[in-house]
Amino acid sequence: MPCSSTCSAGTDNKEQFAKLQEVIERYKGTKGSLMPVLQEAQGIFGALTLDVQKYISEALGIPLMDIYGIATFYSQFTLKPKGKYKVSVCMGTACYVRGAKRLQDKLVEVLGIQVGETDEEGRFTLEATRCLGACGLAPVLLINDDVYGRTTPEAVPGIIEKYRKD
Amino acid sequence: MELYRSHVLVCEGTGCHCSGSAEVIETFKEELKKNQLENEIKVVSTGCFGLCEIGPIVIVYPEGAFYSGVKKEDVPEIVSEHLLKGRLVKRLLYHDSISDSDVVKSLDEVEFYKKQKRVTLRNCGVINPEKIEEYIAFDGYRALGKALTEMTPLEVIEVVKKSGLRGRGGAGFPTGRKWEFAHNAPGDKKYVCCNADEGDPGAFMDRSILEGDPHSVLEAMAIAGYAIGADQGYIYIRAEYPIAVKRLTIAIQQARELGLLGKNIFGTGFNFDIELRLGAGAFVCGEETALMSSIEGKRGEPRPRPPFPALKGVFGKPTLLNNVETYANIPQIILNGPEWFASIGTEKSKGTKVFALGGKINNTGLVEIAMGTTLREIIYEIGGGIPGGKKFKAAQTGGPSGGCIPAEHLDMPIDYDSLTEIGSMMGSGGMIVIDEDNCMVDIARFFLDFTVDESCGKCPPCRIGTKRMLEILERITQGKGTEEDIDNLETLAKNIKASALCGLGQTAPNPVLSTLRYFRDEYLAHVRDKKCPAGVCQALLQYTIVKELCTGCTLCSKVCPVGAISGERKQPFTIDQDKCIKCGACMEKCRFKAIEKR
Repeated sequence: MPCSSTCSAGTDNKEQFAKLQEVIERYKGTKGSLMPVLQEAQGIFGALTLDVQKYISEALGIPLMDIYGIATFYSQFTLKPKGKYKVSVCMGTACYVRGAKRLQDKLVEVLGIQVGETDEEGRFTLEATRCLGACGLAPVLLINDDVYGRTTPEAVPGIIEKYRKD
Repeated sequence: MELYRSHVLVCEGTGCHCSGSAEVIETFKEELKKNQLENEIKVVSTGCFGLCEIGPIVIVYPEGAFYSGVKKEDVPEIVSEHLLKGRLVKRLLYHDSISDSDVVKSLDEVEFYKKQKRVTLRNCGVINPEKIEEYIAFDGYRALGKALTEMTPLEVIEVVKKSGLRGRGGAGFPTGRKWEFAHNAPGDKKYVCCNADEGDPGAFMDRSILEGDPHSVLEAMAIAGYAIGADQGYIYIRAEYPIAVKRLTIAIQQARELGLLGKNIFGTGFNFDIELRLGAGAFVCGEETALMSSIEGKRGEPRPRPPFPALKGVFGKPTLLNNVETYANIPQIILNGPEWFASIGTEKSKGTKVFALGGKINNTGLVEIAMGTTLREIIYEIGGGIPGGKKFKAAQTGGPSGGCIPAEHLDMPIDYDSLTEIGSMMGSGGMIVIDEDNCMVDIARFFLDFTVDESCGKCPPCRIGTKRMLEILERITQGKGTEEDIDNLETLAKNIKASALCGLGQTAPNPVLSTLRYFRDEYLAHVRDKKCPAGVCQALLQYTIVKELCTGCTLCSKVCPVGAISGERKQPFTIDQDKCIKCGACMEKCRFKAIEKR
């Protein structure tokens, strides 16, 4: 029983913790399994909140300090949940020389948030992503899994509008 | 096995996928069914053809008709015209793929492919990467069979050494010697790792190999395992490459099912299996010691070498680490012999190199060339030159670790040593073309911004030094720089190079040093004249109205957010430089190109 009485896991997300427990069972005993566990945990919870980190720490017997160290080292891990739509501009060199910065400036203006921020509604998070390797389509704008290649700043308001509606 | 009269190959590499190739494949399948052709014509989703610029790409065999920019709306026409009636759909054919007399050229005759030599990319765009049978049909796993049944581990290493293959990940260390070190290292447990953490911005060679031909890497890793005495392999791959991760997962599963990975491979008693490890967005994990820490489930921080990974790597055991493209060469070398491989390339750099061509170039995409090909051939013949007839300024290779090749070196044969000599590096193979509209100081600032963000923070020269360099570069691009800043930049760069812990820090100053070496005048223009010659650095620009072109239509003065533009209707307007905030709104609005940015 990995979750002791000190574990502060809430009762409202029991299902998610049950899923996490399954993940942990699957990886237990595999060498170097912490990264995959954290990756799947973030997939389940949307973020590695302190509760989640504590749970994993107890279940795997790894000090919380180490888990926190890893969760804050890698840029794909997040401690706070992100918006419903992750809007990111590829900041690879090919996109940069073809105007990714101007695209990003326009997004800051249209969304009213800075890079790395989430809006109050929790709808959009603006990010700068590392090279996606889709250099043939530079500059590339990514909204969750939707790819917009050869995007211009002028096209940004129209694209964002589509995601404001639902 | 069923026979088909025609094959429709559709690229499903990341580039074409993003342009909508999945929909194209779906529509092809539907249309073929509608026309009851599904038993006569087969749709194959393949890896990257290389010409990402004009995707999605569809090639129809046996004719070899090369369709580009195919949208799902175009599919019914291809099916009804080409596949039913046998008439090419000319409007969709790639312009260079048919001769003047309308005969379909073979791919080798198309300008983009003519000068290429595809060794590691040989199966990309040819086979379906999700079917192991297709890889096997193209001699797949024969090299592993040959190594296991006809060669001793030492013979395998000897062949790799003789081939002259050098690491394709950047530094160019001789691969055979690396294998030998790992073989000789004492220990009963050893590991074979593959570095697929392709983080250089603008580089996507490894991704394309993994997406288009994943088994070639698995096979090579098994051969390496046999050579050094390892039974476990890890592929460390970026999480930003979802398609490659999916194809690798399928490939590993299929190889296990056929007994090509796992226990007692080919009945020889040799055991070898491979696990995937996903990165989580840390560029430094491309550095070998950081990568190994990350596989172990720790923070991806580098550690001092020695001990080298060959002696003490993953979990403290002897480990062999090569990059994706290096591995992709191995099966060919084993099958065709080291002499064949060594016959390609230059004296000290053998074989081919894949470059990801991007930036200001017409044919953005993936090219594989024999070592020793000149930059001019790559950019102007294969790459089709620079869009809009703009002037070539430089090619940037090696990403944030590399440097720039200026126009004066366009005719230099490219290999490891020539690139190092002129202050750049082979790197993993990203090649970004920069034209007259790009500012070199800004490019240097861009790369430093990247390294500062990605520095792991363990050693002070990298953590603090690169930050100071970035601050200086920002000052210069904002027009606040002095000549002393340039000197300080150079001193800092040399010190960081000499004192940083790992490859990331040691190479981080390269973009600055190389732009200073070839484009010092641009730096000087920024600090002395407070001008950005390329017109990129916003703070140094001035918007002015060309009197002769201005019609006095008043549009610009209406759109100016700070009221800096004034004048009389139907008379030339002027911009008050003290008020102007350089937003560029006026320039966007002007219909007469009367506003200049300098």
